[in-house]
Amino acid sequence: MIPASFDYKRAGSAAEAIALVGQHGDDAKFLAGGHSLLPLMKLRLAQPAVLVDIARIKDLSYVRDAGDHIAIGALTRHREVETNPLLTQHVPLLSHAASHVGDPQVRHRGTIGGSIAHADPASDLPATTLALGATYVAQGPNGTREIAASDFYTGFLESALAPDEMLTEIRVPKMNGAGWSFQKFNRRAQDWAIVGVAAWRRGTESGVALVNMGSTPVLASSVSGAIAKGASVGDAAALAAAEAEPQSDNNATAEYREHLAKVLVRRALEQASA
Amino acid sequence: MKVSITVNGSSREADVEPRTLLVHYIREHLGLTGTNIGCDTSSCGACTVHVDGESVKSCTMLAVQADGCSVTTIEGISRGGEMHPMQKSFMENHGLQCGYCTPGMVMAAIGILDENPSPTEEEVRIGLEGNLCRCTGYHNIVQSVLAAAKK
Repeated sequence: MIPASFDYKRAGSAAEAIALVGQHGDDAKFLAGGHSLLPLMKLRLAQPAVLVDIARIKDLSYVRDAGDHIAIGALTRHREVETNPLLTQHVPLLSHAASHVGDPQVRHRGTIGGSIAHADPASDLPATTLALGATYVAQGPNGTREIAASDFYTGFLESALAPDEMLTEIRVPKMNGAGWSFQKFNRRAQDWAIVGVAAWRRGTESGVALVNMGSTPVLASSVSGAIAKGASVGDAAALAAAEAEPQSDNNATAEYREHLAKVLVRRALEQASA
Repeated sequence: MKVSITVNGSSREADVEPRTLLVHYIREHLGLTGTNIGCDTSSCGACTVHVDGESVKSCTMLAVQADGCSVTTIEGISRGGEMHPMQKSFMENHGLQCGYCTPGMVMAAIGILDENPSPTEEEVRIGLEGNLCRCTGYHNIVQSVLAAAKK
């Protein structure tokens, strides 16, 4: 399968990329690792007239200690998120989740920013950064702005990014020794989660987010609310699907997904509380 | 668009449409048909090659994205007519049946050992998650990789 024809532009900087996309409006798309966009283009589910290749913008691939959080350049590849010592030390939940994205070949090409900007509710990193209370930085023609992960996901494959805004940085709070767990339920190696859970806990504080339990990644606020009030793991996990609106598909019915979410949240909280 | 890609050590220039996939560039422009197309949806790994030393699925990368990069295909791993140790290990351990997945398996396996020279069996299995063998010959493929690691 070959994508429909398009014009290819290569940007040397974020400003140049934003200007290029601005010139072409809705017909243009940023291309990073291409592991979400190119499959869609090959199936002709996406037919952008212009691709602006941002993968060579050198200064957007980094992992930095920024005091209370770790700053990750949007073009940092999954393999780097998986293995970077700053991340494995300070945000082990995120590096562990990155090790579950696709397969090694996919992780060599795919980027954390691309995964988040694609806003697929079935992807691992949008939900994981949501659970961790991350902040995303977007750059547009008029400068940069910060978007809380909890405000970012607006619909299926839709985000708060304007068409000419580019995700440039992901800021993830340090976990400071919090317990954590990442649960991914699937039937085949390398597959997307049928349901997944990213969770952390430090005493009565916690963050829990669900993969593939609705049209966006879902923050399970009711679970964290119950933990804050001293509920048991079992009682908190019973609320796992309170914010979710799962769909039925070939892999699972909505009811089965709700059941899985409760089981996986319980397992995750048990592991994060140990 | 003009691209310059080093393939198996030699610099190649070509004028390609931006939509040309790397695997089609390799197979059709260069005639290197050792790299197979299997699922064409980045699931099966038959098209695995190395780009700048890392395993990637060449059906999910544009040739223009590889401009200026160094690409190694299955044809580029032998040295002086001698098979690569991983190829030898696949042969000695019966790591192939029909052979369709083999070029991708070998390239992925070399990538695993580049990143982790002494993997456990579980690490090999996880490392090969992106490569499917429809003969289901996984047992001997994993044994082949483990044997190559010991060499």
